Amino acid sequence: MKQSPPRRRLFINARIMDPETGLDIHGDVLAEKGKITAIGKGLSRDEFADGKGIVDCQGAVLAPGLVDARVFIGEPGGEHRETIKTAGRAAAAGGVTTMVMMPDTDPVIDDVSLVDFVRATASAKSPVRILPAAALSKGQNGEMMTEMGLLKDAGAVAFTDGRKTIANSQMMRRALTYSADIGALVMASHRDPHLGSGVMNAGINATRMGLSGIPREAEIIPLERDMRLVAMTGAKYHASCLSTAESVEVLARAKDAGRDVTGGVAVANLCLSELDIGPYRTFFKVSPPLRSVDDRLAMVEGIRSGALDMIVSNHDPQDVDTKRLPFSEAADGAVGLESLLAAALRLHHSDDIPLMRVLKCLSLAPARRLGRKCGRITKGARADFVIFDPDAPWKLDDTKLRSRSRNTPFQDALLQGRVLKTVVAGRTVFSQED
Amino acid sequence: MDAPAFRLPGFGLRHLLGIEGVSPADLVALLDRADEMVDVSKRTDKSRATLAGRTLINLFYENSTRTSSSFEIAGKRLGMDVINMAVATSSVKKGETLLDTAATLNAMNPDLLVMRHSAAGAAALLAQKVGCAVINAGDGAHEHPTQALLDALTIRRHKGSIEGLVVAICGDIAHSRVARSNIHLLNALGAQVRVIGPSTLCPSSIADLGVTVFRSMEDGLPGCDVVMMLRLQTERMAGAFIPSAREFYRYFGLTEKRVKLAKKNAIVMHPGPMNRGVEIASTIADGVQSVIVEQVEMGVAVRMAVMEMLAQAREGDAQ
Repeated sequence: MKQSPPRRRLFINARIMDPETGLDIHGDVLAEKGKITAIGKGLSRDEFADGKGIVDCQGAVLAPGLVDARVFIGEPGGEHRETIKTAGRAAAAGGVTTMVMMPDTDPVIDDVSLVDFVRATASAKSPVRILPAAALSKGQNGEMMTEMGLLKDAGAVAFTDGRKTIANSQMMRRALTYSADIGALVMASHRDPHLGSGVMNAGINATRMGLSGIPREAEIIPLERDMRLVAMTGAKYHASCLSTAESVEVLARAKDAGRDVTGGVAVANLCLSELDIGPYRTFFKVSPPLRSVDDRLAMVEGIRSGALDMIVSNHDPQDVDTKRLPFSEAADGAVGLESLLAAALRLHHSDDIPLMRVLKCLSLAPARRLGRKCGRITKGARADFVIFDPDAPWKLDDTKLRSRSRNTPFQDALLQGRVLKTVVAGRTVFSQED
Repeated sequence: MDAPAFRLPGFGLRHLLGIEGVSPADLVALLDRADEMVDVSKRTDKSRATLAGRTLINLFYENSTRTSSSFEIAGKRLGMDVINMAVATSSVKKGETLLDTAATLNAMNPDLLVMRHSAAGAAALLAQKVGCAVINAGDGAHEHPTQALLDALTIRRHKGSIEGLVVAICGDIAHSRVARSNIHLLNALGAQVRVIGPSTLCPSSIADLGVTVFRSMEDGLPGCDVVMMLRLQTERMAGAFIPSAREFYRYFGLTEKRVKLAKKNAIVMHPGPMNRGVEIASTIADGVQSVIVEQVEMGVAVRMAVMEMLAQAREGDAQ
């Protein structure tokens, strides 16, 4: 939905929080032509005759719009699960102003024309910014690399095989080497296709339920391999979604050694554990799998300490035909765009992580990693905001989700922290009713 | 599940989805009722028309001659109308999902649904969607509760009581629903449970279910009152989990020599169908200590008891 940004709008009476400068003040923000031009207390209202163009935030937090680095969308090929339009609306409702779309579509986004398609469709239909990631290997088969240079020039912001882990180490090495030459970011998932062939975290719960387990090593082994390949090639590397305590340590060691690596975690792995699966509930079947409580706490500590850099929704819409099945036959994945902020705020409300740090992991950190000029409330930055009440309680009603799929693990969950308005380039793209 | 917050004293089950979580009192009540049913099955006139006019549907997603016919006979002896759904030739083959099948069957108002399915949790899923009692006849590697009950009944009839007995479960524990149900049941009734098998078929986390794990028959069998063998799915296991059936038999097969390690009066059990010469020697399977054929007989009695008690419990709720 490309519309020219409003000439000027003044957001008053907000708690302004900027993770880049650490600014946390009560004041106003002026947006002109899609950019932030002034921040401060008591900005002049003179040019806003009869109050038109003024948005009263009523003391709510005004923070950078969320940047979600891992979102699966069904279009093209799985429009019954999610379209670019419905994902855009869900994102707007969740305070997400920029998202990276994974190339796991049908066909796979591995060609310049498909990147063009995503950009054009997003621009025409999505109220928020959608950045396409392109496949690292053709057809995500893990065998031949894509035209990374051409794809990057066409607008692909990163290269990834999405849900898949490239098993062939030689292929991975070459892809990392080539990506380093052109300065492209590689985002990788970590689940050994054979060792990780189970359906839930390995251990007593899987044994008791008679389900095949996914050992932690299925994640740690490909991650350690990749860390060695990064050392070999000097690639710019992001571990998309980690889930085990030891993975955090592996990543931290690579960072200490000076590698250009970052790590993310899905909000589900910060808030939920394998115990939440209960009686074979398939909405809790996600990849990476929900792990033990100890792993969950290690992920929280990773976010707090800075060993992990960003929080992602890992939004993965699935339909009734892939979820209303026995657990072992159901697909992985959960929708998450609309609950991302509220779920992440659980870490703030539990006093585990300061609010500013939560916001940084949801906006500035991914924006920086992707080289985008968003994720900040500073003069000259894009006027992309989320305005939210961090304390407002609400209950998630899955029938009211904007997403085309309803596979949320937070069905009927009590959440605290609600998005009131979402602003992209100075224009309000979502406003909470009631 | 749909368990009411308050329940009148008495039988607590409305479905039989697994043994885990069932109270020892309910287990004993089921075994006591099954004991009565054994006598019914020994008469010339085997009818006990307590459930006349009720409908039982057998829904088997995996082939099983022995279990499905046992449920069928049990249902008929109680006077029920029994329908066997031949899943392999039905609309399920045409891609209908389990829950759609469940809705269709539910609309026919059955009183009992018996299901076997290859996926763990399938019976629990079905139970959420239908209005009648569901009996799990095996769901993946999760549970097979009526098998554990019939094993317990067999043991009880030979040993008088289960409390204090030492029971070894041997072979492929990892993929066995029979093993899980038996572990829960024997623990609930106070037996000491051992499991014996190679580590690839006997994951270490199984110890957290309250069993002692042994890696050899020589270490695990001494002192046992009951030796329970499991079927090895040779076609799936050989090469992937164990080198070969031959090697498995060499180290874990129940031979005459190994049986002598257990107590003198120990009984030998097997849920069937047996692989003679893979997990058990023919001389043992047919020998004096074997109660394998008797297990089949107890199977009918146990299934009659389960059906009758579930149906009566639901009638009690309705009144």
